[in-house]
Amino acid sequence: MEKKIRILIGKPGLDGHDRGAKVIAAALRDAGFEVIYTGLHQLSESIVEAAIQEDVDIIGLSILSGAHMTIFPKIIDLLKQKNAEHIIVIGGGIIPEEDIKKLIQMGVKRIFTPGAPTNEIVDYINSIIH
Amino acid sequence: MSKDIWKEKFSKLKERDINFSNLSKIKINPLYTPDDNKDFDYEKDLNYPGEYPYTRGVQPTMYRGRLWTMRQFSGFGTPKDTNNRYKYLLKHGQTGLSVAFDFPTLYGKDSDDPLAQGEVGKCGVAIDTLRDMEILFDGIPLEKISTSMTINPPAAMLLAMYIVVGEKQGVPKEVLTGTIQNDMLKEYQAQKTWIYPPEPSMRIITDILKYCSENVPKWNTISISGYHIREAGSTALQELAFTLANGYTYIDYGIKAGLPVDTFAPRLSFFFNSHLDFFEEIAKYRAARRIWAKLMKDKYHAQNPKSYLVRFHTQTAGCSLTAQQPENNIIRTAFQGLAAVLGGTQSLHTNSMDETYALPTEKAVKIALRTQQLIAYETGAANTIDPLGGSYYVEALTDKLEKLTFEYFDKIETLGGVVPAIEKGFFQREISRSAYEYQKSLEKKEKFHIGVNLFNEEEKNIDIELLKIPEEVEIDQKKSLKKVKKERNNSKVKETLIKLREAAENGENLMPRILDCVREYSTLGEMCGTLKEVFGVYKEPIIF
Repeated sequence: MEKKIRILIGKPGLDGHDRGAKVIAAALRDAGFEVIYTGLHQLSESIVEAAIQEDVDIIGLSILSGAHMTIFPKIIDLLKQKNAEHIIVIGGGIIPEEDIKKLIQMGVKRIFTPGAPTNEIVDYINSIIH
Repeated sequence: MSKDIWKEKFSKLKERDINFSNLSKIKINPLYTPDDNKDFDYEKDLNYPGEYPYTRGVQPTMYRGRLWTMRQFSGFGTPKDTNNRYKYLLKHGQTGLSVAFDFPTLYGKDSDDPLAQGEVGKCGVAIDTLRDMEILFDGIPLEKISTSMTINPPAAMLLAMYIVVGEKQGVPKEVLTGTIQNDMLKEYQAQKTWIYPPEPSMRIITDILKYCSENVPKWNTISISGYHIREAGSTALQELAFTLANGYTYIDYGIKAGLPVDTFAPRLSFFFNSHLDFFEEIAKYRAARRIWAKLMKDKYHAQNPKSYLVRFHTQTAGCSLTAQQPENNIIRTAFQGLAAVLGGTQSLHTNSMDETYALPTEKAVKIALRTQQLIAYETGAANTIDPLGGSYYVEALTDKLEKLTFEYFDKIETLGGVVPAIEKGFFQREISRSAYEYQKSLEKKEKFHIGVNLFNEEEKNIDIELLKIPEEVEIDQKKSLKKVKKERNNSKVKETLIKLREAAENGENLMPRILDCVREYSTLGEMCGTLKEVFGVYKEPIIF
């Protein structure tokens, strides 16, 4: 049997808006992925730590607080430091277009914005892992 | 023509092939008639505005006397940035202030805390000490304006800062008007901004209730909020039922702390969402008033009629806004604002079209304010009280929501009440499930969202202007915090913090101690940190 895709859904920083993260976590679980949800208020360090320990393929970060330009680069950086650059970082939230371009350049693979259907996210993950 | 003939004709004709239900999944009939309100008794079910059970409104005059307060929630960047925005809003006819704090402040952390990195001034204004509050309200006379503060775990500290700013302006605390949200129960259920576990949080809240009833009598001490429950994904019914259940829980704790119900219940206010289904929302507000009044009278035996009142603020639904075709949000918000007014709201915030991208620009927020002014002055909606009262549909829906709310109350009761139900993850599971089901119903096109799953257009770059919070805000805010810490009397700060700690340990009311800390320019992080040492921190059950 093929190994299931493992994904960690993280809520970094102080942002408590977890509706999106939970809906995505449930949709990915129902689509057959192994989903680990960190819960709220995580430091970037603990998200990276958990991702490595859980041996995930992907980290999905949900940020609706405007802190995305601080947190995404930090996670990318920490993954580099820990030689875990093979873990793909994607994200979603209230993120303006011009910031998305910058984040992609920094190494974030893809940002989903409000209104993205969950099946689009599932298809995307399948397409990049297989 | 009798109903049977109509029914027969109707059944032979074709209906549109969609699911006719509202967002609480209540099936909607094609027609409502007197048969749907069979036991209707005007004086018992509705009565006159300002009369028990207040279904038609909490005041005898409603908008014939005074319009609702137009109160746009606002805050970003440094206290100076926000002070400028307040002055702009007041100049354009806004009639009350509503402070949005940034995440570190909401969470009782200082701007130089490691978890605050990247968040300072982003989602609201950063407040570290009394100095920031002095700047925030500079040139704004506190005796003339009412201020709502969306603040929960550190509510006591922010209220204390407001009181001291008042003192410095020469305004005694007895005349201050405004609201602190101070609703921790919905934090554990939905909004997820917490510090301490539920029991110590409830103790802080009852300390505030007691202090305010004796010292700040015009202050609204808790804004019992369904808004965030709804934004987290609940249905209208869940919003209604959970909010009222939380309200009664505050009543229970107040009574348990030795406060007679009529000394604090009149100062409780409510905060609801206004979402997409127009009539469901209107029925929700009407049902809220009637249910609250009934139990306050029959179960809690309150004597003061003010204890029976659901006075409420409404905000249109942020979660209903779309990033796609953002200008459509202006129209969505207008319908939602109108529903709140037809439901008898006391104050209203209308969202701006650009809020799925960033905090609103001045232009966007002005359109949102103008939307309220249009409802008030052009539509005629404010000309008569409860204009939908007596509508077969609205009355049937109001009854239905009331009935289903009592079913939820029973369910919560069997779990041991609200606090044990939080610990068991009941509300969190209910809300997550509704959020996921709603998302699935959009994807299956059982429900519609224009621009997202219906009438969508090729994605193109949006051409609206967005507000940017410069990165310098964090640097500037940290600098000014450092300056305050250097200039204040640090031994006095230490002394007052020790006294605060002692009060936390020995059960003495915390408010006077917090006021002492605030006067010495203690930081929010220092005060909350001190209480954390005594009360511990909350760990959430992880559910999705």
